[in-house]
Amino acid sequence: MITIAKAKLRYQELQNDQFFQNDKRRALKYFKKFLFFLFRFFILLGVSYIILSPLIRMVAQSFFSDTDLTNPMVYIIPTQPTLEKYVAAWKVLPYPKTILMSLGNDIGLMLIQIFICSMVGYGFARFNFPLKGFLFGCVVIMIVIPTHAIMLPLYLTFTQTVSLYGTAGPFYLLTIFGSGLRSGLYIYLFNQFFRGLPKEIEEAAFVDGAGSFYTYFRIMLVNAMPSVITVAVFSLVWQYNDLFYSRLFGLSSVVSMRISALSQEVGAIYEIENPAYLTMYLYAGVVLILIPVILIYCVLQKFFIEGVERSGIVG
Amino acid sequence: MKKKKRRLSLAQKRAITGFVFISPWLIGFLIYYVRSIYMTVQFSLSEVSPAVGGYEAKFVGLKNLKYIFLEHPQFNQQLVISMRDVFIDVPLIIIFSLLMAMLLNQKFVGRTIVRAVFFLPVIMGSAAITTAIDNARSAMVGGVSSTAADIVDASSSSVNVDYYLALFKDIGLPSGILDYVVGAVERLSDVVSLSGVQIVIFIAALQSISGSLYEVAKIEGATGYETFWKVTFPMVMPHIITCLVYTVVDSFANSEVVSLSYDEIFSNNHYDYGSAMSLVSTIVVCAVLFAVVAVIQKRTFYYN
Repeated sequence: MITIAKAKLRYQELQNDQFFQNDKRRALKYFKKFLFFLFRFFILLGVSYIILSPLIRMVAQSFFSDTDLTNPMVYIIPTQPTLEKYVAAWKVLPYPKTILMSLGNDIGLMLIQIFICSMVGYGFARFNFPLKGFLFGCVVIMIVIPTHAIMLPLYLTFTQTVSLYGTAGPFYLLTIFGSGLRSGLYIYLFNQFFRGLPKEIEEAAFVDGAGSFYTYFRIMLVNAMPSVITVAVFSLVWQYNDLFYSRLFGLSSVVSMRISALSQEVGAIYEIENPAYLTMYLYAGVVLILIPVILIYCVLQKFFIEGVERSGIVG
Repeated sequence: MKKKKRRLSLAQKRAITGFVFISPWLIGFLIYYVRSIYMTVQFSLSEVSPAVGGYEAKFVGLKNLKYIFLEHPQFNQQLVISMRDVFIDVPLIIIFSLLMAMLLNQKFVGRTIVRAVFFLPVIMGSAAITTAIDNARSAMVGGVSSTAADIVDASSSSVNVDYYLALFKDIGLPSGILDYVVGAVERLSDVVSLSGVQIVIFIAALQSISGSLYEVAKIEGATGYETFWKVTFPMVMPHIITCLVYTVVDSFANSEVVSLSYDEIFSNNHYDYGSAMSLVSTIVVCAVLFAVVAVIQKRTFYYN
């Protein structure tokens, strides 16, 4: 009985002790933070594993030698790692030439995409003109229509009306007029981003005597940097990987076309008939073509600027 | 006075500038899309037969539409199944990717690497790589195989799922909810690989939220939960619409209906049926999208 009474007294004391209460609160806060850290760690780890597991096997198998593939003891780590698959894939692709050509092409298209789509998106976001709702509906329709539904007319246009088969011409023509690979989506994205920006900046620019194009180019586009980077990344990656249009317009020397022909060509050149062995060469090729895109993504995502400088304007 | 009258008002000037801004797209849309859509409609309303130097189209009215709805063995069924899948997948993908974007938006060690990992499905899921790998595999196995099945293989464990399912059923959980959860878990790898784009869009959206809003919320004593619903959620709402549109279109583009019409055009050379199919499916998706977007748009807050 005495101990209970004592404990109660002690409890009362602690309840009134400011220092103890502060310590308690701090400890709870740290504990919560730690729990959240654990939660985040395990979620990210798990999801990353789901994403990476096929890639890990792919990378591992690309280093396998022929005996490793048939050896049931080998799962991830090869007993006789070899680079011969990479050498072969490098030669057959031909790697440096194909990558440089594709990337050059894709970066050019990306810049045009950013410029044209942001301009159109800005027009839709900030100006009122007749038929605006209808026209924006057309942008959505453009996103929704499956590409193969219109491929035949496009193909006829670029082979019979203008003969550009086998060149990059159709890509540039389509992109300049805002109808390139997923342009509708980029217009939509830019529209949403511009609508989210405060109007005050533009009004200030207008009062200071800036014209519409100057405002768009020097003020809005700079403020919409996260969306510009997003579109840049998507447009580059999708163009790099695009097989559909490349096949349609007969552009056979780009990465996507080369990789889909890789295993057959390796088979023909090195006289390998077993498709299981050919898969390893294909994996090596896939790893090779993934490297530049991943690098570019890592560089670009650093420019996702932390909290755009908007705070001073709204007040 | 006369001079003043001839001058355009500010609204008219702005309208003209707006037209100038969208003109590149408008020209492209008219040249490439309107023309192509017109041709597709024409195909779907006529009987197309290959002829010397191209094709020959004979107008037959609604015969093709009648055929695909009433006689084609699979079209109706596939259309319904595709729509159902879209409705199941889309909420999962949106919620998952918003959650992931919020986690990835925080500062922690190795963030760059984790973000790159989450972007990988966008690169890996591309047609070029998947078709190349599929071709190689089908040469090996002699049948259809997919990367998704591989992921499930790799991540499946020896836990007996059925036992736990029976356990939950015994507790008395409604089987409808249970089925949805099980379905969601089963599709987890699909959901993860389909949400790469959405995660990137959401990260960009989260970073365009001004830090001062969070500061204010903090000073006013809002909890994390309140901050999410009162600040984060309304501010990313416009991008939820974007992601919604993208997700619906993307999951529809990969659905059975589209591949059905693709096969009809390229394997069976039925330009007419294929065109009618893609026309019908496009109209259905557009209707669904416009309905959903119209509902959400009314509740959306734009920072103006």
